[in-house]
Amino acid sequence: MSDNKSDTIPSFGEAANNKGQRSVSSTGGLGGGLGIHSMAEVLAIIAVAVIIIGGAEVLLRVFEVPEFVMPTPSAIVTALVVHFDEIAPHLGHTLIELIVGYTIGASIGMLLAAFITQFPFVEKIITPYILLLVTTPMLALVPLLILNFGFGYTPRFIAVGLAAGPMVMINSATGFRRVDQGKIALARSYGASTFQIFTKIRIPMAMPMIIVGLMMGAIFAVITAIGAEMSGGGFGLGSKLTTFSSTLRTAEFFAVILILAIMGIMIYTFFSWLGKRLAGWES
Amino acid sequence: MNKIDNRPLTVRSATKIYGAGPGRVHALQDVDLDIAPGEFVSIVGPSGCGKTTLLWSIAGLHHLSDGSINLGAEKIEKPHPSIGMMFQDANLLPWRSVRKNIEFPFEIRRKEPDANKIDELLNRVGIAGFSDKYPRELSGGMQQRASIVRALSSDPDVLLMDEPFGALDAFTRDEMNLLMEEIWAETKKTIILITHSIQEALFLSNKVYVMSARPGRIHKVFDVPFERPRPLKLMESAEFFDLVNVIKTEIQHRPTSNITAE
Ligand SMILES: Nc1ncnc2c1ncn2[C@@H]1O[C@H](COP(=O)(O)OP(=O)(O)O)[C@@H](O)[C@H]1O
Ligand SMILES: [Mg+2]
Repeated sequence: MSDNKSDTIPSFGEAANNKGQRSVSSTGGLGGGLGIHSMAEVLAIIAVAVIIIGGAEVLLRVFEVPEFVMPTPSAIVTALVVHFDEIAPHLGHTLIELIVGYTIGASIGMLLAAFITQFPFVEKIITPYILLLVTTPMLALVPLLILNFGFGYTPRFIAVGLAAGPMVMINSATGFRRVDQGKIALARSYGASTFQIFTKIRIPMAMPMIIVGLMMGAIFAVITAIGAEMSGGGFGLGSKLTTFSSTLRTAEFFAVILILAIMGIMIYTFFSWLGKRLAGWES
Repeated sequence: MNKIDNRPLTVRSATKIYGAGPGRVHALQDVDLDIAPGEFVSIVGPSGCGKTTLLWSIAGLHHLSDGSINLGAEKIEKPHPSIGMMFQDANLLPWRSVRKNIEFPFEIRRKEPDANKIDELLNRVGIAGFSDKYPRELSGGMQQRASIVRALSSDPDVLLMDEPFGALDAFTRDEMNLLMEEIWAETKKTIILITHSIQEALFLSNKVYVMSARPGRIHKVFDVPFERPRPLKLMESAEFFDLVNVIKTEIQHRPTSNITAE
C-alpha cells in the first residue's frame, strides 16, 4: 500500500528527497553560514574570493572591457551604493511580493500535504495535479494573470504562491508519508490520541522534508517574482533589471543581480539554520 | 518502593485472523495464558508463529478476532496504563534527547514527569550521565537502557518486551539479561518477554511458553527450575544446556508435524 503510494510520485519525490537531504545535512555542518569549520578554511575562502574578484577586476581593466559589456566588481559595488536610493523601493516591492505570496503558498502547501497524506485515496487523485503545478513554470502564466488582474501586486502574489506552494507541498508530503509504525505503536501504547500522534510523531518525522520543501519553495518564489516583474508592471527588482539592461546601465544591472545573489544566500543560510535547529537529529 | 499488584493476567482462547478471503493469515488460535502477578515468563517459537501478534494484543494495540485478555477483572481492549511495552530495537524517538524520550509517556498522558523516579532509574541502569544525549549518540545497549527507563518510569504492573535485545551483540546482551534479572527481582513486576534466544528465556523466566506456527498456538510450557538470583555462569551449566536442547527440539519438530496435520 505505502509502496504503491511512493510509486505514484516517482522520480521527483525521490530526487527532491535526495537533493534536500543533502542540503539539510550539509547544513548540519554549516557553522551557521557556509560550512565553515576552522580558521584555515576561513582563510582559504577569503583567499579564493580575493583571487576571483581581484582577478576579474584586473582582467577587465587590463583588457579595457567597456563597462556596458561587463562592469568591474568595484564599479558594481559603487553603482549599488550610489544608486541605492533608486533601487531600494523596488527591493521593498519584491520583498512584499515574496512575503505575501510565499506565506500564502507555503502555508496552503504544508496544510494540504499534512491533510492529503492521511487519506491515501485522496492523495492518489490530487498528486498528479500538484506535480503538474510543480513542473509547469508559473512564469508562463504571468501574462494571463496580468490580463486578468492588472499590473498590480495581485498577479505576482498568485504567481509566487503557485510557484512555492506545490514545491512545499510535494516535499512535505514525502515527509508525512514516512510513517514509522513502530513509533506510532509506541505512542499508542501510552494511549496517544490521533492528534497527539500527529503532533508528536508525524510532524517531527516529516520535519526534515518540510524544511527542504520550504527552502526549495523560497528559491522558486524568488525566481518567479523576478520573472513576473520582468513581464511588466514597472515596479520590483525584476523591472529594474529590464530597465537597466535596455538603457545599458550595466553596472546598476549587476548591482541588482548582486542583491538577488545576497537574497539567495540569505535564504539558504536561514533554512540551513532552521534545518539544523528542527531537523538536526537526522544526519 | 513499588506498589504490590495482585492482578493476574489471563488470556482466554485468543484468536487472531488478519485480513479476509484467500489472503487471510491465521496468526493465533485459542491461545490461553495464566500469568500470576510478579511472574517472569518468556515466549519462544519459530518466526511468524504469532508472538508479536499475541504481545500487541495484550498491550491493547491489536483487536482479537475472538477470545479475551484480562488484567484482573479489567478486560484489555485498548492500551492500559498498568501495562507497559518495550519494543523491538529501543524504539527511541531520534529527535528527542534521552530525557525527553523518557518523559514522552508522561507528555502523552498529560502528567508531570516523576523526576526523582526517572533519575533513580537512570542511575539504576547506569546511564545517569547521558540524559541530555540524543539516541544516535548512544550505543545499542545504552539505547535499550534508556528504553527500559522509559518503560519503567510510569511504573506499570505488567511489562511486555518484544525481542528487546535481538539486535545487540552477545556480550551486551548478557549484560542486559543480568540487568533485567536484577530489575525483576527488585520490582517484582509481571514480565512477558518474547525472544528468539532460548538461553535468554531460560535465564530470565519462571516459565517458558513454546509456540508453534500456522496457526499460532501454545505448544508446550516449561517451568524453569533454576534458583535465583541467577549468575551468568548458570548458562554454562549442564542442566541449563540440557534444557536449552529440549526446548530447541520442541521448536524444531513441532512446526513440520503441524503443517502436515493441516
Ligand atoms: N498487520 C498484519 N497484517 C497481516 N498479516 C500479519 C500482520 N502482522 C503479522 N501478520 C502475519 O501474522 C503472522 C504472525 O506474525 P507475528 O505475530 O509478527 O509473528 P512473530 O512475532 O512470531 O514472528 C505472520 O504470518 C505474519 O506475516
Ligand atoms: Mg515478532
